[in-house]
Amino acid sequence: MADTETPAPSLYEAREPIFPRRVSGKFRNLKWVLMAVMLGIYYITPWLRWDRGPELPDQAVLLDLAGRRFFFFMIEIWPHEFYFVAGLLVMAGLGLFLFTSALGRVWCGYACPQTVWTDLFILVERWIEGDRNARLRLHRQKKWDFRKLRLRITKWVAWFLIALATGGAWVFYFTDAPTLLHNLVTGQAHAVAYTTILILTATTFAFGGFAREQICIYACPWPRIQAAMMDEDTLTVGYRDWRGEPRGKHRKGEGADQLGDCIDCRACVNVCPMGIDIRDGQQLACITCALCIDACDDVMEKIGKPRGLIDYLALSDEDRERGGSTPRPVWKHVFRPRVILYTALWSLVGIGLVFALFMRPEIEMTVAPVRNPTFVVLSDGSIRNTYDVRLLNKHGEARPFELSLTGSDNLSLSLEGEDDMVVDVPANETYLQRVYVTAPKGTEEAQDERTSFSLWVEDLTNGTKAENDTVFNGRDN
Amino acid sequence: MSDNNKKNDDLDYETTGHSWDGIQEYNKPLPKWWLMVFYACIIWGVGYSIAFPAWPGIKTATAGLLGWSTRGNVEQAIKDHEAELAPINERLASVELTAITSDPELNTYALNAGAAVFRTWCAQCHGSGAAGAKGYPNLLDDDWLWGGTIEDIHYTVTAGIRNEDTDVDYIRQSAMPAFGRDELLSDEEINQVVNFVMTLSGEEPQNASLVEAGAEVFDINCASCHGADGTGDRFQGAPNLTDAIWLYGGDFNTLHDTVFNARYGIMPPMGGADLSEAEIRAVATYVHGLGGGEASE
Repeated sequence: MADTETPAPSLYEAREPIFPRRVSGKFRNLKWVLMAVMLGIYYITPWLRWDRGPELPDQAVLLDLAGRRFFFFMIEIWPHEFYFVAGLLVMAGLGLFLFTSALGRVWCGYACPQTVWTDLFILVERWIEGDRNARLRLHRQKKWDFRKLRLRITKWVAWFLIALATGGAWVFYFTDAPTLLHNLVTGQAHAVAYTTILILTATTFAFGGFAREQICIYACPWPRIQAAMMDEDTLTVGYRDWRGEPRGKHRKGEGADQLGDCIDCRACVNVCPMGIDIRDGQQLACITCALCIDACDDVMEKIGKPRGLIDYLALSDEDRERGGSTPRPVWKHVFRPRVILYTALWSLVGIGLVFALFMRPEIEMTVAPVRNPTFVVLSDGSIRNTYDVRLLNKHGEARPFELSLTGSDNLSLSLEGEDDMVVDVPANETYLQRVYVTAPKGTEEAQDERTSFSLWVEDLTNGTKAENDTVFNGRDN
Repeated sequence: MSDNNKKNDDLDYETTGHSWDGIQEYNKPLPKWWLMVFYACIIWGVGYSIAFPAWPGIKTATAGLLGWSTRGNVEQAIKDHEAELAPINERLASVELTAITSDPELNTYALNAGAAVFRTWCAQCHGSGAAGAKGYPNLLDDDWLWGGTIEDIHYTVTAGIRNEDTDVDYIRQSAMPAFGRDELLSDEEINQVVNFVMTLSGEEPQNASLVEAGAEVFDINCASCHGADGTGDRFQGAPNLTDAIWLYGGDFNTLHDTVFNARYGIMPPMGGADLSEAEIRAVATYVHGLGGGEASE
């Protein structure tokens, strides 16, 4: 039963600000490189140009939602080829399974936009306000004097500019970047562009500057899902408590020889962007950014102990290490059936996509017989069927396509609005052409209920052909 | 998350004070900002229900201070759409009829707009696929009562058929006499002429012996409109009797009925109040492009 004597505890808790200390080491360096590469890709990509001919956009990566086209360097995806995007998403999913089962929450720690931008915001914060201790002092200083005001405003302005560049870069992926930039600056851009930039700027500013670890802990479902993909062989950031405990300051004469390697310097806690203590063990809030490894290795080096008190560990090695034997080599943890299966599936989808990409037909045609009515009797008694033929010209210029018919001797072809069999299909378009097929009176085709035949289309510029089988409906009485 | 006061010892965690059978509940509070977001949502909700239609009454709901309504949105959207289409409609209404198809933009617009007009105003009689029905011409074939050029179709849509109420100068007006009902021809003569007419389009006559006499009856009574050779006259809307297409049917009984009682197919005029000039031109372009359209002279 509820204990009525103690006062009711607070159900809501104020966020405890986190001031991660600067750290250096191999993981920190890796993260700097990754951050530079990923942010570079994000900001620069819309500005890359790629010549596709006069009628097509020259932006290397462009999601043309209005025109329903996706351009990626030499690849152009039409709406009916959206399975490529679906395939990429499947690969992204399998890739996450693969990396998570092998290396734990490596996505969270290194590549998640929330982590990368928070890292950048913390870097800017450190440049302006100083390292952990200086920031703590500034935070605890109640009085808003000129210095605090100046530092805070400088930081917020810097954050805002980064956020603006982030929100701004996003919209450039959806339309011609130089034109849009010009329109944005001169105030002529569409309201959707401004609204998108505003929202993304606001969320970047708030999530990177203030919400930070709260997003990971409270808003993101990923930590909950990823845990399901890890097992005892997954390499993840952990603390060798069998080596570190009991922790304590190694003061002489206080039984230092009884203590473990952990000197309780709290370096691992101070550098943690999530504000957790890795020595508490695996926890939901740990994004495995590995900065505590760098911090601890640094300390171990200084006090002359072996590195790796905090390290990438696999759970299956714990018993082995407690027993004093050496852990299994990394490759044995990584190359296990689960990881190999994920790799195989991932590669299979990837190879399939690449294969499909290069097997894509250059011209395409769909034929839809008009069934309302199925046939028309002409004044000379011949029977005519109508077909809606859609011709896809994927090229950057208008091309002449010639239609022809095979598979039946008596059927003849004619095109609505054209004197011959050639139709000029505009660049980068699906062109609807009404096509008539006629069987003279008395022929087998005119009297049979159904006659199969094939429609062909040939790109007269390069001779590429496409074919479509369909049927002719005769007078079925 | 981490706190100097909290040790890695479960017993030191703060509890809610609740205890069931000795099992205690940790206090793991949500962050304050979460609570603030919740309060903000409540305030937003109150504001929303004041600004927008929200509270249901007996017959209607509160209108909201902003005066927003879905009906108003639709009206505005229609107005915007019409304003957007005004320039191309104006162009469509003013160019030469024969120039529409050679302008790809105008042609595409006219075909799509015309299809919509057709489904709204024409499909009731001519069918959604324009295949017509008995007494309602099939617009897909190459046989036209009043002409199949874009100008002819445009005029037919504007003025209608056998419509006496329009103000236009020329009315597509004609009437076939009811030869039997009005006793212009005897039963014998009707049988003769029907048998003759069947031979015009290559059908087997019901009674071949009457054909010769029928030709004479045809010459006197029918040729003035349907032509001496039976190929019809588009100026009067007199059908071509030699082709394979029959508006009402080409069998003996139907033809007998046609000659005895006559036919008087009508079509309402679409010009004036119902359709704008641009809409008429659109639907004319659409019908002309269905497969039977004839080239203008």
